[in-house]
Amino acid sequence: MKLTKGIAGNNGDKDRSDCLITLEFAKSGGIRVNLLSKVKSLFGDSLISQCKEILSFFEIEHVLLTVEDKGALPFVIAARLEAAIKQVISTNREYLPKALPENEYSTSRDRYRISRLYLPGNTPSLMINAGIYKPDAVIFDLEDAVAPERKFEARILVRNSLRSLDLMGAERMVRINQIPAGLDDIDYILSQPVNLILIPKCESSNQIVQVNERIKAIQSKVNRSNPIWLMPIIESALGVMRAFEIAQAAENVVAMAIGLEDYTADLGVSRTPEGLESLFARSQVINACRAAGIQAIDSVFSDVGDMEGLKESVLRSKALGFEGMGCIHPRQIKVIHEYFAPNNIEIEKAKKIVCAFEEAKRKGLGVVSLGTKMIDAPVVKRAQRIIDQAIAHGKLTNNWLQSELLNSNG
Amino acid sequence: MKKNGNLVVNAIGRTVPTEVNGKVQVPYKGVGKYHPSGRKYAPRISSCVDFPEDGNKLVPTLKESLIKAGLKDGMTISTHHHFRNGDLIAVQIFDVAAELGIKNLIWFPSASFECHAPLIKHLEVGTIHHIEGSMNGKLGLFTTGGRMKGTGVLRSHGGRYQAVQDGEVQIDIAVIAAPTADYFGNANGVDGPAACGLLGFALADAQYADKVIVVTDNLVPFPCLPWQIQGNYVDYVVKVDRVGIPEKIVSGTTEVTKSPDRLVLAEMTARFCEHVGIVRDGFSFQAGAGGTALSIGIYFAELLKKKGMKARFARGGSNKYLVEMLNEGLVEYILDGQTFDLEGVKSMRTNPRHVNTSPFTSYNYHGKGNFAQLVDVVILGATEVDVNFNANVVTHSDGLLLHGIGGWQNCLFAKCTILPVPLFRDRIPVIRDEVTTICGPGELIDVIVTERGIAINPLRKDLLQKTKDSGLPIKTINELKEEAEKICGVPAKQKFEDEIVAVVKWVDGTVIDSIRKIAID
Repeated sequence: MKLTKGIAGNNGDKDRSDCLITLEFAKSGGIRVNLLSKVKSLFGDSLISQCKEILSFFEIEHVLLTVEDKGALPFVIAARLEAAIKQVISTNREYLPKALPENEYSTSRDRYRISRLYLPGNTPSLMINAGIYKPDAVIFDLEDAVAPERKFEARILVRNSLRSLDLMGAERMVRINQIPAGLDDIDYILSQPVNLILIPKCESSNQIVQVNERIKAIQSKVNRSNPIWLMPIIESALGVMRAFEIAQAAENVVAMAIGLEDYTADLGVSRTPEGLESLFARSQVINACRAAGIQAIDSVFSDVGDMEGLKESVLRSKALGFEGMGCIHPRQIKVIHEYFAPNNIEIEKAKKIVCAFEEAKRKGLGVVSLGTKMIDAPVVKRAQRIIDQAIAHGKLTNNWLQSELLNSNG
Repeated sequence: MKKNGNLVVNAIGRTVPTEVNGKVQVPYKGVGKYHPSGRKYAPRISSCVDFPEDGNKLVPTLKESLIKAGLKDGMTISTHHHFRNGDLIAVQIFDVAAELGIKNLIWFPSASFECHAPLIKHLEVGTIHHIEGSMNGKLGLFTTGGRMKGTGVLRSHGGRYQAVQDGEVQIDIAVIAAPTADYFGNANGVDGPAACGLLGFALADAQYADKVIVVTDNLVPFPCLPWQIQGNYVDYVVKVDRVGIPEKIVSGTTEVTKSPDRLVLAEMTARFCEHVGIVRDGFSFQAGAGGTALSIGIYFAELLKKKGMKARFARGGSNKYLVEMLNEGLVEYILDGQTFDLEGVKSMRTNPRHVNTSPFTSYNYHGKGNFAQLVDVVILGATEVDVNFNANVVTHSDGLLLHGIGGWQNCLFAKCTILPVPLFRDRIPVIRDEVTTICGPGELIDVIVTERGIAINPLRKDLLQKTKDSGLPIKTINELKEEAEKICGVPAKQKFEDEIVAVVKWVDGTVIDSIRKIAID
């Protein structure tokens, strides 16, 4: 009898919360299950019945199913089995685990995106607790973090994760593959609760248009209308030159990031901690973002052990005008928040300026002054921005102004 | 099938045997409910004229010393675990016993480690009948599979002292591996190539065993100072090439965690302690050996520094992080039960504020008080916790016995006991309807910290009150359990065989739970 085989998932020594599923299709013999699991005595029965339900959903009747399980959660098992099935059977059907209602939220275009935690799209163990680190956003990465031959199973895993994982309020992002291949990724993720799509190695406004066309087509098909924001990533010399065009390519582009590993490779130079080689690119991206009225987001800091280096990098990034950074390890989140947030000196100064402005408004004065210094409108605007950031970081309360004015009057 | 007498249900609802290894047992009666009367066990009278006139008790080999000590079938042999995973002596004792054809010994260690796995061959052939102490890793699997001849007995560090002092365990021969000793038998743990800090766990053994053998690789002329083990208790001294492997004194669990999940737990625990006012000037704390517990110490240090406060004392196991706090003046004293790394050893040797303790001073339930009950907050681990706050540290949810109790039970008597645990490990929920094995009764466990919420024991109305509107994610223990099951699914009940392979003693010597056999492939 000729067997046809489908394999998906991981069962390496270091893999956790994952499983390797092997399916050998047969013409007869029914469904035979071979289960090796470290949680067999506690979840063996439920794991087998889950697999049988999925096989029956795909109308598979004769198969030898081998599950080598390292404590995978149900949504992971479902993704692995579906991926194994689809290696052999061509079908448009999707076995969708129950979607958590708490994941159905939209995000506003100008919300803070200071920290975005990257999660490799084919590694369940790193996804499960992503929400507890409280990043502003979580990025399920289908691009560089997934080996080409695993892209297929990663799409299904990310799809299921978007449905099943409570990310505790983080903005839900997916980095698709480079256009045009990335367009097909959108099919998998758009009927799930997702807020933002990152478009890597973006080099033209046309790519944004293509992504939006695909989004529109799918949304009307699946009857969803929640906003999907876009964040193109500039990673080449050409992308840098076209940064402004890309930044204003569509209404739903809310931020633009820079990717320095690829950019420096494109220039043929090494990436240094000081980043002189990318100063032009970063400044250009920031300038383009400001001109288009969107957020400028910096590249990731790749040495996860070097917290001091990360801090330096954040301070440099903030000084240039970036408003956030990618994180490749949860430990980076706290440092990024702490140093992107305005410091106490900045906050105190901003408070004085805003207070003076409010005072002048109250008295009906046309000119704002602080001591003997006149204050221009842009200075007030910048101060207000610092105040907003301080509130977002919990360094100021919402009603700081009232209590401040009360104190000065009392 | 082992003989276990009758089975009875004890005060916490667990079925336990009335007889273990031929000895009658008292079932657990509740916290503070068992008050035995009578007198303590007394060692035999010795006369100095029966010992070498010049005080030189040296014997050429371990084997010779064991023969001189009268090693024979059925004896109880004790060792300590200050060398942790670097112990070279315990296995040698039973190698000698096997060579001499001796059977049915009882091994009475203060704890066991992976380095003791070679004892399985002696358990298989019956050189060792059973273990009373702890059965970790491979020894635990061997026990759970029902392959040990007798029934294992698990005790806490304090419970071990109590068992010796109350005569429940009578040690025939104590073998005390010592980093430094003199020919008279005085010994300490702070000096020598295998310095391990202190020898507190061997104190009961020295005081109560019939015969005491000190084994050292660093023999110094009399007097060996300090003398935590006093030569006046010692029968024989043996000089060997090596007693332990210094680098293995530092086991994996004594490194601070880099795991982001555990750091979240540690930070939440520290925030909780700060919020309810536990961290204050003059407070005291104890953190276990696990990576999470160590990180909490670091968060405490940050807090104390920020607020300009200091802790009055910390209870060890000590490590470099605690020593740093001592040196920076963030903590005034370390009252130490064991040193987890070489910095701890060095500090104990040189800093008079870093003081050695023993299970008697720290943990003994049948004493006139102990140090553990004076501690403001203790941070401990657990394999499982149930909705009544009962907790387990010895078995996993699949029934496998893999860990010892250590000082865990004794520490529960602190003023606030906090268990930071993940809500689930891989797919296995840590918060359960019922724990597999009860090691600690819920009434002594105050707070469970998980990455997804903090549950406070309803008995602690004060803590519930203090955390109202605190912004801390306070949930009920049932909410946490349901959250875990929502993510993992509801685990099936583990199937056990009837045979009892080990019992868990409470700190007062009563039997709090039994561990049953599992067919292991």
